[in-house]
Amino acid sequence: MDKYILIPLLPLIAFAINIIFGRGIIKDRAHYIAIPAVFGSFVLSVIAFAEVAGGKVINYDIYSWIVSGDFRVSIGFLIDQLTVIMLIVVTSVSLLVHIYSVGYMHGDPGYYRFFSYLSLFTFSMLMLVMGNNLLQLYLGWELVGLCSYLLIGFWYKKKAPADAGKKAFIVNRVGDFGFGIGVIMIFLFLGTLNYTEIFGSIGMLTGQTINIAGFNVDLITVIALLLFLGAVGKSAQIPLHVWLPDAMEGPTPVSALIHAATMVTAGVFMIARFNPVFSLSETAMWTVAIVGAVTALFAATIALVQNDIKRIVAYSTVSQLGYMFLACGVGAFGAGIFHLYTHAFFKALLFLGAGSVMHAMAGELNIQKMGGLKKHMPVTYWTFLIASLSIAGIPGLAGFFSKDEILWMAYNAGSLGKFTWIVGTAVTALTAFYSFRIVFLTFHGKFRGTSKSDNRQEYHLHESPKVMTMPLVVLAVGAVAAGWVGIPELLGGGNWIGYFLEPVLGRPEITATYTEKWMVISIAIVAALAGVFMAWMFYLLKPEIPKNLAMKFKNAHTILWNKYYVDELYDFAIERPTKWIASNVLVAVTDNKIIEGVVNGLPAAIRNFGEKLRKVQTGYLQHYAMGMAIGLFVILALVVIAAN
Amino acid sequence: MIVPIPDLTPVTPEIIMTVSAMVLLMLELIVKNKSIIAFLGIATAGAVFYVIPMSYGETFGGMFISDEFSAYFKFIFLINLVLTILISLKYIQRQKSNYGEYYSILLFATAGMMIMASAGDLIVLYLGLELMALSTYILAGIKRHDIKSNEAAIKYFLLGAFSSALLLYGISLIYGLTTTTNIYKIGEYLGEAGASPAVLLSMALIIAAFSFKIAAAPFHMWAPDVYQGAPTSITAFMSVGPKAAGFAVIVRVFYVAFAEVQADWTAILIGIAILTMAVGNIMAIAQTNIKRMLAYSSIAHAGYMLLGIIAGTQAAVEAMMVYILIYAFMNIGAFAIIILLERGDELKDYEGLAKAHPLIAAIMLVFMFSLIGIPPTAGFIGKFYLFKAAVDAGYTWLVVIAVIFSAISAYYYLRVVMNMYMKELKEEAPIYLTPSLGLAILITVLMVIIIGVMPSTVSG
Repeated sequence: MDKYILIPLLPLIAFAINIIFGRGIIKDRAHYIAIPAVFGSFVLSVIAFAEVAGGKVINYDIYSWIVSGDFRVSIGFLIDQLTVIMLIVVTSVSLLVHIYSVGYMHGDPGYYRFFSYLSLFTFSMLMLVMGNNLLQLYLGWELVGLCSYLLIGFWYKKKAPADAGKKAFIVNRVGDFGFGIGVIMIFLFLGTLNYTEIFGSIGMLTGQTINIAGFNVDLITVIALLLFLGAVGKSAQIPLHVWLPDAMEGPTPVSALIHAATMVTAGVFMIARFNPVFSLSETAMWTVAIVGAVTALFAATIALVQNDIKRIVAYSTVSQLGYMFLACGVGAFGAGIFHLYTHAFFKALLFLGAGSVMHAMAGELNIQKMGGLKKHMPVTYWTFLIASLSIAGIPGLAGFFSKDEILWMAYNAGSLGKFTWIVGTAVTALTAFYSFRIVFLTFHGKFRGTSKSDNRQEYHLHESPKVMTMPLVVLAVGAVAAGWVGIPELLGGGNWIGYFLEPVLGRPEITATYTEKWMVISIAIVAALAGVFMAWMFYLLKPEIPKNLAMKFKNAHTILWNKYYVDELYDFAIERPTKWIASNVLVAVTDNKIIEGVVNGLPAAIRNFGEKLRKVQTGYLQHYAMGMAIGLFVILALVVIAAN
Repeated sequence: MIVPIPDLTPVTPEIIMTVSAMVLLMLELIVKNKSIIAFLGIATAGAVFYVIPMSYGETFGGMFISDEFSAYFKFIFLINLVLTILISLKYIQRQKSNYGEYYSILLFATAGMMIMASAGDLIVLYLGLELMALSTYILAGIKRHDIKSNEAAIKYFLLGAFSSALLLYGISLIYGLTTTTNIYKIGEYLGEAGASPAVLLSMALIIAAFSFKIAAAPFHMWAPDVYQGAPTSITAFMSVGPKAAGFAVIVRVFYVAFAEVQADWTAILIGIAILTMAVGNIMAIAQTNIKRMLAYSSIAHAGYMLLGIIAGTQAAVEAMMVYILIYAFMNIGAFAIIILLERGDELKDYEGLAKAHPLIAAIMLVFMFSLIGIPPTAGFIGKFYLFKAAVDAGYTWLVVIAVIFSAISAYYYLRVVMNMYMKELKEEAPIYLTPSLGLAILITVLMVIIIGVMPSTVSG
């Protein structure tokens, strides 16, 4: 057994042990199993990273499940530059979230269950990124979806988490349906699901068309768009973004791990992995870029006015994922992955910081009721501030370099690229604004929650235990330094990560000039600083401004406050008609009459038939012998007929 | 005239098995502890397993053939024997049928099956078949004091006699036509002379007789009554051994002796296969007794296995052979659980089992999933290879029918699962776990999972 198998296997073993023995024996000691396992995976991932960085690419099948003719179902690993980046992200964030959860989930009756799900998720995510074939990707894809569902609805006895879990699952069905068809089409037209073979032969499909509802559509475009639909669902892009903000009902460590750093980025990973396919379809590429850009803007505007700390960060995640898609869409897959990697650190940090705040505020989520927490929880404050500076794109921090790379690549990519660049730059300002809105409202100013006298909230304020703040500090280091692997040449760096990923993801040709590059960077920096400054002015200097603005632009504010009414739109356009159809057509007619008729009726008919037939089985020997004789007679009769 | 002693090497496994059976019969008078006899039975199986690979060859002028084909089936018979002994140990004691001859008769029955698999001549085939059949009649009725067991034995015996008569009639006809009973010579003769209506007649009779052995419709009606009445350990034994032996002789007789009329017997077998799948699956739905349900399930499985014969390619026959092996594990495993629970054989006795014994319920779930053919269990692999081979041979429509019936079968298998997991536990559910029974369950469940996860272990 080689060491690569152990990377996903260790968390799987931890899952098995905790789920079997958790309830009876292990109980609140579950982390003693889960943490060493994920730590082992992390160490092995680092070793794998070092090997790949040394020029080794590993691609092999561990074992083939079914081999029959040219149909092959196998489990295998492809460990290349893209995979090792994902491995580092997944195992490191997972490890920190595991540690943080020891404090955060302390005393929860489902403690062992929580850790076993975390292990299962880590295993699934690792299988997803390590696979060398589409089927394994799909399997991991569905498994992480399942874990996400289980963890969102972790407190399943409460209604909201249970509903949110269902919502996530159902919305993802839409995307996964498309994804599934895409996978099937690839197998149908190429006869293989192995990455190397797909990428080797996808070129054969160039120029082929497929007839859909009378239109001849480019085959590769159809396949790419179907795959992209899966990514839209998993990575919460418009119009399937609605599940992610609701997913915040889950425990906060889960939000950090699954709904910020890892699972939601699976869509970006998949598109990057399939860059040889996407690159062949300009239509698909532009769809990806535009969906990404629009989502980035759309989610950022919603985040401006929300008050729930976790939801703001969730919309921020949707927006940042939009950035990554934007990058992929303009052909800068490397920049997308770079941002995925830096984002994992500062976004996990924001969530864990928010969790720490919630911990101190006894579950309070409304930032309007916070304020002045800085002096009570310094570690949380400083780390949260670093994460905010990083996401805002303040020069020198991780988020700055990756975001700058994306904006630069977008600018570089023709006229539609210029459009996405403008959107992206605007989003930079918005991101800086809403991020610092949280910082100022939560940590600065005066405390606005229930005071000492009438309630315990203020009295209760305290820094979180070490086991929770330690991961914050480690992530803060990542939020600062993670980007240093991608400092552009312009600023005296080597853009190491860009060249590292180039063998897998390629690099678009640079056509723009140095001057333009300076301009892009300068504008981005100005936008970020402007955002921070505006937030400072609005929420610390003149707190009456936001209220006045909300009054003055009441309609705009209401629209944003209600998140563009997307949920309501879906409720109106999909949910209610569906429910109406469900209750009036499906239940009344299809279900009660047709399906029940078939599902209950058919078995009932078969059962009735069986009951009748059973009467043949009388128990009388003579009847049995007669049955045999009749059977023989029929055969003989047929033989005689055949012979003549 | 000096008659040369024939080469006995190819028959060594059968000789060991038979001699051991006789020795055990006599030992039973001296040895009071029946477990020792059981252990000797297992040791015999081990010895036979060891000598089979060394026994390849023909003897008795081609009447007896030991080749890889027969060796594979003998391997299945030995697995069947060992697992049956393991699940029998304490069980027959509880059934107050702890007679020493139980084990030696099991060995005799196995010897009969082995002779069938190696038969190169219809007379030898008949010899083996009767040895197997007579032994199983006795085993079915080994609960002497139990009226149901007696009924099972007498029904099985009388109908078995009927089918034997059909077989003998078929053999005599073909002997009259070709002046030989050697399977290969019959094949050669018919190849040269062509088929006459009398050949078809003989073929039809032999099909009927073999269909009885594999419990294919409409010659299946003995199975539910006998399976239900016989001691559960014997039901497990009968549901695998004679069926596997039946398929072994079907392959040899039809592919070799009746190769000339392949189109005719294929057509008949298609009809039988469809009818068998239909009767087995539909009747299983109506059952309330789990042993009876599994009896119909075993009928249904015979229908699937027939697909391998019908398809007529080497891949299909191999897939069928793999299927029988897989079937042996999952079916005996399911019966082992029934023995373990012994609260009653009714489906309602399984209600709430998951709450009382989660591990046992989980294992039963594995067996039920495997019988349905849900991945990643062995049952899926078996069906996948079998159906794929049939599709490749051009029988897509037949596979569609088989898949539909497989879907129907989910209804009654899942009902067991539903009873275990979704119903409330009403009363205590005592279990009778002994080391040997535990070992049998462990072996079967592991094999079902291992084959399911790593099919290369059997497909090679």
